[in-house]
Amino acid sequence: MEGQLAHIGAGLAAIGSGAAAIGVGNVAGNYLAGALRNPSAAASQTATLFIGIAFAEALGIFSFLVALLLMFAV
Amino acid sequence: MAVDKSGLVFKPMDQFVVKPLFGGDHVGLFTVTNVTFWMALAVVAVVAMMVLGTRRRAIVPSRGQSVAELAYGFIYKMVEDVAGKDAVKFFPYVMTLFMFIVMANFLGLLPMSFTTTSQFAVTVVLALMVFVTVTVVGFVKNGTAFLGLFWVTSAPLALRPVLAIIELISYFVRPVSHSIRLAGNLMAGHAVVKVFAGFAAIAAVSPISVVAITAMLGLETLVAFIQAYVFTILTCVYLKDALHPSH
Amino acid sequence: MATDITKVSSHNAEAAASAPGMPQLDFSNWGNQIFWLLITLVVIYLVLSRIALPRIAAVLAERQGTITNDIAAAEELKAKAVEAEDAYNKALAEARAEAQRIVAEAKAEIQADLDAATEKADAEISAKAAESEKAISEIRAGALESIKDVANDTAVALVAALGTQAKEADVTKAVATRMKG
Repeated sequence: MEGQLAHIGAGLAAIGSGAAAIGVGNVAGNYLAGALRNPSAAASQTATLFIGIAFAEALGIFSFLVALLLMFAV
Repeated sequence: MAVDKSGLVFKPMDQFVVKPLFGGDHVGLFTVTNVTFWMALAVVAVVAMMVLGTRRRAIVPSRGQSVAELAYGFIYKMVEDVAGKDAVKFFPYVMTLFMFIVMANFLGLLPMSFTTTSQFAVTVVLALMVFVTVTVVGFVKNGTAFLGLFWVTSAPLALRPVLAIIELISYFVRPVSHSIRLAGNLMAGHAVVKVFAGFAAIAAVSPISVVAITAMLGLETLVAFIQAYVFTILTCVYLKDALHPSH
Repeated sequence: MATDITKVSSHNAEAAASAPGMPQLDFSNWGNQIFWLLITLVVIYLVLSRIALPRIAAVLAERQGTITNDIAAAEELKAKAVEAEDAYNKALAEARAEAQRIVAEAKAEIQADLDAATEKADAEISAKAAESEKAISEIRAGALESIKDVANDTAVALVAALGTQAKEADVTKAVATRMKG
């Protein structure tokens, strides 16, 4: 029973991946919108883009990790 | 994991098991394991690319030499642009991190391979090395002025203690997110590939499964590079904080 | 937080020893992995910082130098080309001026010849014209004399026909008077 609850918890934690996907999409979309308005400034901001994506994605990875922990380690 | 009645076998985590290379079960401190093997391959790859590729020192570079020069210029520019001109003395250190991570990531994409950067043991050590370096450099360069990083002078005075606590927490969370981001991305991608591979056992969906694995591997190639890039650029960002702590 | 994970997982690792857990959280082999990782990093660091990076930096600097030299050489050649073009243009202008001078000279010479020839021809023509005029006036004078003779003869004949003998001198005088009038 407890193991099954852990699996349900893992599934719930996996929702976090979707949230992270929204975040990453937001970052990339806004970058693209800005880059199309001012293409000359776009190249200098790719590093910022990747840092932003990395931070947004890290939280999704955390939820993935929680899911894995619930699946395998609890 | 689970073996259900249809005969589907999902073992997405088996690829991350550390095994001794020459028999036996016990993994001691100096045991030669698959970790050793794939790390050695990463070293060989780095040497092949950076040393053998440039052995002719040609003015007009060959293909191998251009790749090595490209990697050099890429990281050098990153260190200079992000961390500042005085961070150039950390360039070999940053380059070492980048080359090891990118080679380990790409080697991990080979079938049947072992991805060393998907192990928390590896990424935690890498992240802690960066964390310790940054903290030590920060205090050696700036003394107690380094603590100004946590005291946001541009904020109203009443808010500053709260912000200081938040900044302090975020500073100590850095190595955690830094390491888990790398290992988590690699582990997630490889586990997903393995799950799709498990579906290939059903004849009806196996073509879709193969296409999905191919697509995932394409994505993983991108992720392998981007995660190495992100790890390196975050190292540079942290180095910038250590060298120029003012906000 | 790292320590949190460590605590949680170490407690789990014991539990996971029998059950299949996350292989990454099996702390029994962390020492082994960290040991090999450090060796790997040290090797890569030494290879990069001692061999690869100085070599690439040297190659890049050398290439930069070569490119700078080449650009300087190219600039020099370009200056030379500009110089040569200037010289060419100068020579061209000179040649053109010379040609114009020669043309003008030839024109003047021809004009002089022409003028001389024209003058000579004019002189000849006027001489001929004078000669002709003289001849014509002679002829005219001749003609007048002849008319006088004819008139005299006619007058003498007429007088004779009228039956009178007239003196030839008188007739001549009369005719001359008449003709003048």
